[in-house]
Amino acid sequence: GEIAPLLETAEVKIRIADLLSRYPVAQGALLEVLWVAQDAIGWLPHEAIRWAADVCKCSAAHAYGVATFYTMYKHAPTGRFLLQFCHNISCHLRGAESMLQYARRVLDLKPGETTKDGLFTIVEVECLAACGNAPAMIVNDDFATNVENGELTLKPG
Amino acid sequence: MQDSMKVCTGNFGKHAQSIDAYKKLGGYSTISKSLFEMSQFEVIDRVQRAGLRGRGGAGFPTGMKWSFVPRNTGKPVYIVVNADEGEGGTYKDHFLLLEDPHRLIEGLIIAGWALGARTAYIYARGEFLPCIESVNKALNEAYAAGYLGENIMGTKFSFDIFVHRGAGAYICGEETALINSLEGQKGQPRLKPPFPAVAGAWASPTCVNNVETIMSLPWIFSHPVEEYTKMGTPRAHGTKVFCVSGDVKRPGLYEAPLGTPLMEMLTSEEYCQGIIGNLKGVIPGGSSCPPLLPEECQNATLDYECMASLKTMFGSGAIIVFNDTHNAVDILDVLGHFYSHESCGQCTPCREGTGFAKRVLDAIMRGEGHDGDIELLQGISAGFGGTTICPLSISLGGPLNVYTRKYRADFEEYIAKNPNHAE
Ligand SMILES: NC(=O)C1=CN([C@@H]2O[C@H](COP(=O)(O)OP(=O)(O)OC[C@H]3O[C@@H](n4cnc5c(N)ncnc54)[C@H](O)[C@@H]3O)[C@@H](O)[C@H]2O)C=CC1
Ligand SMILES: Cc1cc2nc3c(=O)[nH]c(=O)nc-3n(C[C@H](O)[C@H](O)[C@H](O)COP(=O)(O)O)c2cc1C
Ligand code: SF4
Ligand code: FES
Repeated sequence: GEIAPLLETAEVKIRIADLLSRYPVAQGALLEVLWVAQDAIGWLPHEAIRWAADVCKCSAAHAYGVATFYTMYKHAPTGRFLLQFCHNISCHLRGAESMLQYARRVLDLKPGETTKDGLFTIVEVECLAACGNAPAMIVNDDFATNVENGELTLKPG
Repeated sequence: MQDSMKVCTGNFGKHAQSIDAYKKLGGYSTISKSLFEMSQFEVIDRVQRAGLRGRGGAGFPTGMKWSFVPRNTGKPVYIVVNADEGEGGTYKDHFLLLEDPHRLIEGLIIAGWALGARTAYIYARGEFLPCIESVNKALNEAYAAGYLGENIMGTKFSFDIFVHRGAGAYICGEETALINSLEGQKGQPRLKPPFPAVAGAWASPTCVNNVETIMSLPWIFSHPVEEYTKMGTPRAHGTKVFCVSGDVKRPGLYEAPLGTPLMEMLTSEEYCQGIIGNLKGVIPGGSSCPPLLPEECQNATLDYECMASLKTMFGSGAIIVFNDTHNAVDILDVLGHFYSHESCGQCTPCREGTGFAKRVLDAIMRGEGHDGDIELLQGISAGFGGTTICPLSISLGGPLNVYTRKYRADFEEYIAKNPNHAE
């Protein structure tokens, strides 16, 4: 339906051809092809998973299994800003819990939920490999570190 | 340490990301006719003489692993860089990739030549988009400069490097899970043996090495071997990139010789500049390593052998410090949540045991613990040994056993909060 055109652009075709050339077997490209679909659509509807299976010459059942194994593939749309709060050990030691509580209070959300206006989704995630600047979080694709309540310092890395 | 003796982080803060800057700092000096005049055997021998040990956590000798890769099987040899860094407290690879991507490429060319590989994959965890951009930009520059691609420097050696982006699963850092993920499957570990060096990606010989391991190679090949072996301890040569987090005044990445005293790392001006509050424990090598009590820290040195003698692990160099404002039940509960969430589910003891331990810990945290829960947690731990495909289960098992013994009073105090604890 509305999804097919997003996956049939010239840009997507070029990316797919490049990806398939990198692996001895098409299935090797499956994770990357799912990323291409998620980048184009914003999440992974069933149709996109079946499309990725076709591209990578594997069964739809296999592609569903893979798409649901990894936590970064989204199976429903999220808010425009996806706030991912690390709750692993180093961040926990440095106040991650109170940071999450702050976000929950301000946005009136539980982890996994999206605000009614579709702007913010909050989730708890595991160690982001930024533990020296704890507490850490990721806002969409950008790392935010040394986060304090009410203030986010956004910087790459 | 002087920058010139830093094996991996000497270019930090020097804007080495572009190929021109990297070359001005001495980069790519090892990629020359003289490298390609060395035989594969000579290259591997040099890595063995340097005594480089894998920096991903297990410390397996890198040259020995390379020597296990069979030749002339008719199958291609693959090199895979493990950039899936996800063990709580570990963040060195993240910054190595951001700050100095060309050093990784230079190291990979050396490894590629040594192993007779045509293709390398850099398996980067899905969250590392800024790193992936940094590496891809460097790769484009290296191709344009003729360091990668067909017939490098007019030799018969052709070599490609591709980045493969993961999608969020801690277990994919385990090398056989990583290989399954590279093949487009769920990231579930395989039984070893066969080791990947013999049969890995697409059943071909595959060498999986950590980012820091590969990034050590350019320094090793541009200095006399003795320069490297004179740093460190007799059984662990060279330097290590330590990543310190938790209750210290100046957390951060510090490269230091192996064998550096732990307390020097935590308190000296050069490194962390002191502990915040009263020290209660130090996790020496990432969240799976049992913690050291303050008295055990006093004479501890940062190397594989000392940590093994203290019944913990050197691991990935991730030092996590906690003071006495933290409760051991709370810390172990965080670990229980993590490892049970990340269990891939293949082995019953791991899938069920990690979840069971988490529920027991959650109950103790809520003030609903019972007498005997400590022994219960220790029993769960005992059930992991040798019963699972990969060591993820014992990554929780070790801590379950050791926190409950070393900080038993914390657990008893929480359990006593339940008015019916004796029932
Ligand atoms: N950096 C990080 O984020 C994390 C690191 N770790 C570390 O991982 C370590 C465990 O890793 P494993 O791969 O399970 O350890 P391992 O001891 O099974 O293997 C270490 C390396 O040596 C190779 N090897 C060992 N014996 C071999 C043989 N006979 N022939 C050929 N190759 C051989 C393996 O293939 C592997 O590459 C732990 O010590 C832990 O510290 C664990 C979690 C995360
Ligand atoms: C659960 C688990 C997770 C692991 N995660 C990583 C990781 O993120 N990075 C890494 O380099 N090694 C990790 N390892 C170790 C790898 O299996 C393997 O030993 C390492 O990549 C080999 O490289 P090296 O010899 O250069 O250290 C992990 C091991 C286990 C059991
Ligand atoms: S021990 Fe756990 S993570 Fe490792 S293979 Fe078994 S179930 Fe999977
Ligand atoms: S524990 Fe939060 S980034 Fe590592």
